[in-house]
Amino acid sequence: MRGRFRLGGAQVMHAYTWLLIGWLVVPISVMILFGFNDPSGRYNQTWQGFTLKWYGEVFALEALTDALVMSLIIAVLTALIAGALGTGIGYALGRFRFRGSGGLNLLMFAAISSPELVMGSSLLSMFVSVGISPGPVTITIAHVMFSVSFVAIVVRARVMTLDRSLEEAAADLGASGWTTFWKVIFPILLPAIFSGVMLAFALSIDDFVITNFTGGTTQTFPMWIWGATRVGLPPQVNVMGTMIFVGGVLIAVISNIRAGRRRVAA
Amino acid sequence: MTTSPPHATSAPPGGGLRAGHPAIEFAGVRKDYLSHGEAVPAVKSLDLAIGQGEFFSLLGPSGCGKTTTMRMIAGFEEPTAGKVFLDGRDVTGVVPNKRDVNMVFQSYALFPHLNVRENVAFGLERKKVAKAEINRRVGEMLDIVSLTGYEKRQPKEMSGGQQQRVALARALVNHPRALLLDEPLGALDLKLRQQMQIELKRIQREVGITFVYVTHDQGEALTMSDRIAVMNGGLIEQLGSPRDIYERPATRFVAGFIGTSNLIDGRVSWADQGLAVIDKGPGERVVVPVPAGVGVGRDIEVSVRPEKIDLHRTIPGNVTGSLLSGVVTEVVYHGTSTNYTVATTAGTDFVVFDQNAHDAEDVASRGERVFLTWAPQHSYPIGV
Repeated sequence: MRGRFRLGGAQVMHAYTWLLIGWLVVPISVMILFGFNDPSGRYNQTWQGFTLKWYGEVFALEALTDALVMSLIIAVLTALIAGALGTGIGYALGRFRFRGSGGLNLLMFAAISSPELVMGSSLLSMFVSVGISPGPVTITIAHVMFSVSFVAIVVRARVMTLDRSLEEAAADLGASGWTTFWKVIFPILLPAIFSGVMLAFALSIDDFVITNFTGGTTQTFPMWIWGATRVGLPPQVNVMGTMIFVGGVLIAVISNIRAGRRRVAA
Repeated sequence: MTTSPPHATSAPPGGGLRAGHPAIEFAGVRKDYLSHGEAVPAVKSLDLAIGQGEFFSLLGPSGCGKTTTMRMIAGFEEPTAGKVFLDGRDVTGVVPNKRDVNMVFQSYALFPHLNVRENVAFGLERKKVAKAEINRRVGEMLDIVSLTGYEKRQPKEMSGGQQQRVALARALVNHPRALLLDEPLGALDLKLRQQMQIELKRIQREVGITFVYVTHDQGEALTMSDRIAVMNGGLIEQLGSPRDIYERPATRFVAGFIGTSNLIDGRVSWADQGLAVIDKGPGERVVVPVPAGVGVGRDIEVSVRPEKIDLHRTIPGNVTGSLLSGVVTEVVYHGTSTNYTVATTAGTDFVVFDQNAHDAEDVASRGERVFLTWAPQHSYPIGV
């Protein structure tokens, strides 16, 4: 009885797991699949035949390529700036109690949970009233603004699990505060900082709502796609999406392998 | 009560030690913590000198001030009043990274992103020691802690005992004026703990550095220390050799905290030539050596250790020392000894350890009437 019940439980778990994996994988598979489609009209919506030509002509649409490059530049800048600022904020919040630390904590979560539409329109009013014309700079400032909280929260979580005696041990062994941070704290936080930076990159590269408000006439990858949906999406969009996806998977796989190797290293 | 610190047997390490100075000295030190705006004393008053090359233990229950005392040596806490000297130099107010002492942390605090070699070399690299010299000293230290061949290991790949030895090597490789150990064996199991006690003692003899050892484990302190300071409530209750503290506890607290003690209250009914007698009913008495000036009528407290007491099933003749009778309330067999609890006229839970050296059949049972005797010199008056 007991054995059979267990077997049933295991089967349910299997089915559940595969269902969940399917839920995640099917939409991505459709995106990848339609990068190989050979549509006759302007609409890449029904399967009509296999082709590799879109991979050959991936950068053929100049406006789309420019938009992708713009998005990549903004995402890299956002990731770097938010990474640096977020690490500082996260470390300070996790490590010290100071005047206003409670308020800053709250602000981090408020920035994450406030509605994008409201934030986007507010940012636009702010830029207009300050007199900065919308463009790549305002987009980057806006992206850093909403992604810095994610970095700070990820880093703060790691800092809070750090053994406080690590810093004391470093001081005990003759390290100054500066040396302790760079030789001990920073290397230990690095995986968390890396996660935060990747998160900021991912948030930035596919942001539409806030970019739409703060970007003026600047075309980013999501903005271009939004404009193109009315006239039909070219399969190049699927190819670029696939490339971004494969890039993300590669980074995840490499960091996993490296972590594994560090664990096995003897 | 105190004994003079033993002299270091080996040549002082590091060189440049100023002779004549204690390794560590506290002068009139007090430490208060602020809690909800109120000053709560952690260490009330501390005057203490720890000798060069000494294995010195700070022993006491949690909250007694022992860890605060150690952290003031390392510089992680600053005294509210008074001064701390290292090797004769006033280090009060000097930051931890400028103090020539090193610490072994309770959690070991090994740097998880560095391997064993890099962990041990950390302190020497901060001092800008030449690379070849670092390699030599790290190798030498890993040899002393028996970890040669483990250079490339990550801390998390090692057992608790091995991590402990890495922490020890990381501190000792700097040739500090003193090594501070904060309950370093707390996380190890009993067997490993006993091994490490012997190991620590051997290493201390080999390097000749002053060890300051914080522990709440009286067995550990007794086994390893040259001298022990028993702390309670922010004060040193007694300072002395392990034997002093065990055989001649100065206060009721020390008698109770170190090992098991039977405490007897009573009034002196007869005194002569340094011996006092407390009457405890017909034919029953406690005989205790006392200093001159303790006379008839004085109320005193006497401590006697359970292993000093002989338990008899019939009334013994010709007793020169103490004699009490009572009823056995508990018998616990411990292999090497049998522990009895006896209700007597001098106390209801008198503890007696009886070595199982003789015939195993000769055991008293629960409810049986027994007689307890011990020699006069095994009674010890407290606080007289």
